[in-house]
Amino acid sequence: MGRSSTVKETQALFQSLRSAYAATPNNLKIIDVYVGFAVLTAVIQVVYMAVVGSFPFNSFLSGVLSCIGTAVLAVCLRIQVNKDNKEFKDVAPERAFADFILCNLVLHLVIMNFMG
Amino acid sequence: MARSLPGFLAQIVAVALICCSFAAAASIFQPISDSHRSAALEIFDRSFGSLEETYEALRTFDVLGLERKPDVGTTACQSVSQTLASSSSNLKDIFYALKVNGVLKCELDAESVEGTVSTFQTAVGSASSLLEFYHSIGGLVLVKDQALKGDLFLADAEGAFRSIKALSQSDGRWRYSSSNPESSTHAAGLALEALAGVISLSSSEIDQSLIGTTKNDILKLFEQAEKYDDGTVYFDEEEIDAHESQGPLTSTWSVVRGITSFAAVTSGNLNLPGEKVLGLAKFFLGVGIPGGAKDFFNQVDSLACLESNRQVLSWNDSLCLIAIPLILSLPATVNSLTRKDALKVKVSTVLGSDAPPLMVKLVRAKDTPAIESQELKFDSENKVHVLETLKKSVDVGKYIFVFEIVFHDPEHKKVYAVESKAEVPIFLTGAVKVGNAEIAVLDSDLGSTETQKNLDFAGENLVSLSANHLQKLRLRFQLTTPLGHPFKPHQAILKLTHGSKVDHIFVVGSTGKQFEIILDFLGLVEKFYYLSGKYEIQLTVGDAVMENSFFKVIGHLDLDLPEAPEKAPRPPVQPVDAYSRFGPKAEIAHIFRAPEKRPPQELSLTFLGLTVLPLLGFIIGLLRLGVNLKNFPSAAAPALFAALFHLGIGAVLLLYVLFWLKLDLFTTLKILGFLGVFLLFVGHRTLSHLASTTSKVKSA
Repeated sequence: MGRSSTVKETQALFQSLRSAYAATPNNLKIIDVYVGFAVLTAVIQVVYMAVVGSFPFNSFLSGVLSCIGTAVLAVCLRIQVNKDNKEFKDVAPERAFADFILCNLVLHLVIMNFMG
Repeated sequence: MARSLPGFLAQIVAVALICCSFAAAASIFQPISDSHRSAALEIFDRSFGSLEETYEALRTFDVLGLERKPDVGTTACQSVSQTLASSSSNLKDIFYALKVNGVLKCELDAESVEGTVSTFQTAVGSASSLLEFYHSIGGLVLVKDQALKGDLFLADAEGAFRSIKALSQSDGRWRYSSSNPESSTHAAGLALEALAGVISLSSSEIDQSLIGTTKNDILKLFEQAEKYDDGTVYFDEEEIDAHESQGPLTSTWSVVRGITSFAAVTSGNLNLPGEKVLGLAKFFLGVGIPGGAKDFFNQVDSLACLESNRQVLSWNDSLCLIAIPLILSLPATVNSLTRKDALKVKVSTVLGSDAPPLMVKLVRAKDTPAIESQELKFDSENKVHVLETLKKSVDVGKYIFVFEIVFHDPEHKKVYAVESKAEVPIFLTGAVKVGNAEIAVLDSDLGSTETQKNLDFAGENLVSLSANHLQKLRLRFQLTTPLGHPFKPHQAILKLTHGSKVDHIFVVGSTGKQFEIILDFLGLVEKFYYLSGKYEIQLTVGDAVMENSFFKVIGHLDLDLPEAPEKAPRPPVQPVDAYSRFGPKAEIAHIFRAPEKRPPQELSLTFLGLTVLPLLGFIIGLLRLGVNLKNFPSAAAPALFAALFHLGIGAVLLLYVLFWLKLDLFTTLKILGFLGVFLLFVGHRTLSHLASTTSKVKSA
């Protein structure tokens, strides 16, 4: 009895999450997909390192950090672009996007240098 | 050190020692021999630059009796003809051309001869310096002697004579010109030769007083000559860096030529003592075999002048000669008593030709009364005088024999110059007997013998002894000459060598007949650096007159010395075997870090593929979301900027890929700088256009 209610409750939770999520604007969803992609790539790299060992450690770090870094920057972009965020009301989304691009380019320069 | 030298080799070493250790009073001069001739062939075996060098070579070959190469003659003759024919040759060249002609006897045309004669005659008339007189008068003399032109006379002989005489100085030297105050003996020789030329070319007799003063000048010049103790006489310049000085050989050559040519044309006595002439001959012979062409020529030409200064005068009977020197030489100064060598003495002229009949007498040996006066027999086949019987009482050793030369014809005494008493060092070598040799180890206190062994130096057996620091080592032997007298050699040395190559040397002293050395180890402990162990005993006995000098390992000594105290001196460091120190070192095996284990390639490629999957997932997700490019500006200018913006980002990413592949950071940063500026500009335009579009839509 308790178990089924828990299952039902979780199912209801997921349903409400899904419907709420469907209401988000499209550009935010794009950013979410991008973040998911970046994190997934990082996970695959960690699994690889777990399999073969961390021999060129700098390469591993640079690979993982590039993924995580770009994910973090995308999250920041999402925060700034989200219209519901009162704090960032006067920041134009284009400006946030430009910051995102710039920071990504700098990150990737450092990553490329560190990768060796 | 070499192992046992055979006696003959020791004798050669002895001869070398003898040659180095001569006292100045007794020395040997050898006349010109075949070794001179072969050296001359080597030294003059080259092409000659000037006529002077050509003449020197030709004259040397002529005197030594050597064959010259045929092409040398033809090229030299061509050069002679050219020089005589050309009007721009100077006096010196023509002079040497004529000298060369004198040896080669080339074909010359009469016209060029006439031309040279007139050149010379004018030069004599207008000459002011000694060299001008020398070359012009010398040239005329050569023309006359080679019979190229008959009836050649000097226009004003006496005037020329006086002008040359005016350049003389009171000490017998001559100046080169009246303006130059430097004087030299070389110039004196040239002047005398020129004066002799003047006398021979004059049509009438020169004033005798002038000739007399010249003879005095010659005598004064000889007072300036330098001397050595053994009678050698030579001339040298006072000022070394004078303008024409070329060394004592050239100066003496010039003087010899001068006096011989002067003596050849004058009568009456020159009063030159025979010893001085002999001294000059000794100087030239003492040079040995010269190394250079000019020295060779000077030596050979002077000796030829000294030997053949006879002159043929048609109108005067009394010949004024400079005495012809005769040299007494010994082919071998070391004679062996064991081989019963006979002492040979050779008397010849300086060029090696035969002497007139004479007898050589051994007068005495210095400081040795045992050798009496005796005559030497002449062996006419080998042209040597032989002392056949050295009395039986002559022992080995170093002697100075005194020889005297007696001419068969007493008239020859005036003609030839010989040494009155020739002192010659002679070495008589023989085999020295070593006898009664014994080696013993003694106890120090009582002097009693612990071990005693007899030694036989002829055999190869080695003795083996042992001693400790309280004992003594005694070595005894006797040396006797072939005649039975006690003999004291130059070297009697005992050497003890430790296994570690540290060695100690002791001199064996002698009392009368017996040689004895006693090594007291108690006192020598510190000298031996407290090194115990096996010592090798070597004995060296040697002397110049000993034919059987030896250097022998007698045996071994086991020496037991006490322990070294702390402050004891260390033995000297022995020289390390050079090859072990400077030779190649052991090979070094480097240990490299083992390379990390890499995963197999398939695994890596699999994961590479797996990494691409999220990207595909991203693209699929974007498509599902309905991504479109509607907001892409359609107007031309903004579209261009938008396109450039995307291209700029793509370019930066491409740059990063290139950076990873092959560029370095600085190049990348440089390019990134340009691209970044471009991108900023383009991006700003694009995004501001987008922003304005959005705000228009919002407000609308």
